[in-house]
Amino acid sequence: MITRVVMPKLTDTMEEGIVVAWKKQEGDPVAVGDVLAEIETDKAVMDLEAFGSGFLRKILVPEGQAVKAGALIAVIGELDDDIDAVLAEATSESRPPTTTPSPQASPPIPTKPSPEAPPVSPPSAPPTETPVVAREKKISPRAKALAEEHGLDISTLVGSGPGGRIVERDVLNALQAAPGATAHQPIVRPLSQMRKAIARVTTESKAPVPHFYLTTEISMAEAERLRKQVATIRQTPLSLTALLVRAATLALQHHPDINVSFAGEALHQHTQIDIGVAVALDDGLITPVIRDCAQYDILTISDRLRTLIERAKAKHLAPEEYTGATFSISNLGPYGVHNFIAVLMPPQAASLAVGTVRSVPVVKDEAIVSDRRMQVTLSCDHRALDGAQGAQFLQTFKRVLEQPLELFLPLAPPSEGR
Amino acid sequence: MIGTYREALNQAMREEMRRDSRVFLIGEEVGYYQGAFKVSKGFVEEFGPQRVVDTPITEAGFTGLAIGAAMAGLRPIVELMTFNFGILAMDQIVNNAAKIRYMSGGQLAIPIVIRGPGSAAHQLAAQHSQSLEAWFCHVPGLKVIAPATPRDAKGLLISAIRDPNPVIFIEAQLLYPTKGDIPEGEWTIPIGQAEVKRVGRDVTILAYSKMLLLALEAADVLAQDGIEAEVVDPRTLRPLDTKTIIASVSKTGRVVIVEEGWPFAGLGAQLAESIYTHAFDALDGPIVRVTGADVPMPYSRPLEDLAIPDRDRIITAVKQVLS
Repeated sequence: MITRVVMPKLTDTMEEGIVVAWKKQEGDPVAVGDVLAEIETDKAVMDLEAFGSGFLRKILVPEGQAVKAGALIAVIGELDDDIDAVLAEATSESRPPTTTPSPQASPPIPTKPSPEAPPVSPPSAPPTETPVVAREKKISPRAKALAEEHGLDISTLVGSGPGGRIVERDVLNALQAAPGATAHQPIVRPLSQMRKAIARVTTESKAPVPHFYLTTEISMAEAERLRKQVATIRQTPLSLTALLVRAATLALQHHPDINVSFAGEALHQHTQIDIGVAVALDDGLITPVIRDCAQYDILTISDRLRTLIERAKAKHLAPEEYTGATFSISNLGPYGVHNFIAVLMPPQAASLAVGTVRSVPVVKDEAIVSDRRMQVTLSCDHRALDGAQGAQFLQTFKRVLEQPLELFLPLAPPSEGR
Repeated sequence: MIGTYREALNQAMREEMRRDSRVFLIGEEVGYYQGAFKVSKGFVEEFGPQRVVDTPITEAGFTGLAIGAAMAGLRPIVELMTFNFGILAMDQIVNNAAKIRYMSGGQLAIPIVIRGPGSAAHQLAAQHSQSLEAWFCHVPGLKVIAPATPRDAKGLLISAIRDPNPVIFIEAQLLYPTKGDIPEGEWTIPIGQAEVKRVGRDVTILAYSKMLLLALEAADVLAQDGIEAEVVDPRTLRPLDTKTIIASVSKTGRVVIVEEGWPFAGLGAQLAESIYTHAFDALDGPIVRVTGADVPMPYSRPLEDLAIPDRDRIITAVKQVLS
């Protein structure tokens, strides 16, 4: 039986995917559930499993190529199945007929991008009897560097400097003579699926959502002290991010009007606090989500975060692990950023940007003392929230970090009055 | 205010002597004669003969005395009538001033300034027309400054007096009457900082002290031919501000170095080496040096003129590197 293997649509936002690697080769036996390939979606690299069994008869998409969701990428069948019809369908949908005459029997679809075959080089000329001493061209270091930068063949240049030395102006003249070559050529790097997703989502947020921003400064001296104490009694460290998530959870419990989404004619009040934490990757970022934060104590949050972040960095998160946050935190403190503003990820109505914790002089009891301070900026969707609501949230967030005992108290059953 | 190079030096020393009672001036004719070139005009009247000390003709003696005073905590300024006579004090300068801090393991510092005119004036002949800055630059432990303008002279002399280490401060007889802006009051320029005195794109001319003025004149003439020269004044010869020099060379790719001293093992040789080491790939041609002639200075005025770099030789050199 022939099974068509298509590029799956693995997330709601996914429009195309890249075949990162084939795990089976043409001719390999395949059973249902076998991993056929690794697919890069807009957020993660995922395994593509076989839905049919037999043999992997044909691979249609080379590794590294992006194809639309739903496109045929391989064919599974028994060895005696005739797969030509299926393949013909694939070529007709992927190749414009004007450029490619319809192939006859088995269309030659390469499994790897095959460059044009290089022309066969003629046999090298027999060595001449009289050895010619190649006179090296004289060229100034500056001219040489410039020529190399523009990929100009030095042997084509005529030097105008002393003794026929090729100098900068000779290279500049040659570059001007070849228009287009002078223009600085950027290196074109195709967007990764993740980069495309980030570009789309941030544009969709920043343009239509009226953002406003509130900044405050928080003393982290006490919180850092508690973190150090935890380090003396516990093997795995308590991360600063865990403190932030716990503090945000408490503040959201106190101010549920922040934990909302704007939905046109109504506000959606979320009944659960799901906090996303932005994690930088080599080629973008991803926001793993801790679900129902209110039900975990701070140490559990710290442990869950650590494993989530590790898996995010390995691009092993499942879609449900990085979507659907109701609030998010982005911490650029480790990069030494003092303060910044985050772009909201709709439908979230608020997002917190956290700066670095640093020692600063502050006035306390009429004396200048050193304190550990951290700036945070809350981005808000003005359609859902107003300034005072955001400010009150920040007040609570600041209080629980400056008097951090509350972060460590046992979880209280949610009380109605708040 | 606008004032002469001489007045700039006078102001710098006067302000520092008023500010710091450890600072004193010592040398031949610095007191009642007001300085051989009138640089210390009014000093003995204001500060008295204990802080403005006239000496016998004994360069090794009074330089050594001043080094001892520096070791004991004072901040002497030694005026050499000219640096030609400083040769007599060379042992004190090279073997004591430059080395005591090192040899005492940092227990003793020598905060001393040794200043006076270098280079040729007019018809002072072979023994009194020398540019000896390369001698001092050769010695680790010495800082060497050769300012060209009243503004730089004041700012750098104050920095030199405040510096905790020995500084050789080379002036020029022919610069003393030149005029320029002198910033009033507290004005210092960090030691080891070059300055781009004229911005250009085609060629970098490196010149200091008297030669800077010639280089600027040459650049003005070259501009009439459409050649925009960038003129960079190192100001401090050691430690050298390689960064500023390299930035200019990276822009222009062509270099002319102007110095009044002799060519062999002269300061320009060092400047060229620094450029070749750090900016070889930026060069579009070999560096050209304009130097004093490799001879004892002739007394004859026409011959003397031929032995010292002039504006036209700089212009010729620039056209040569641009060929």
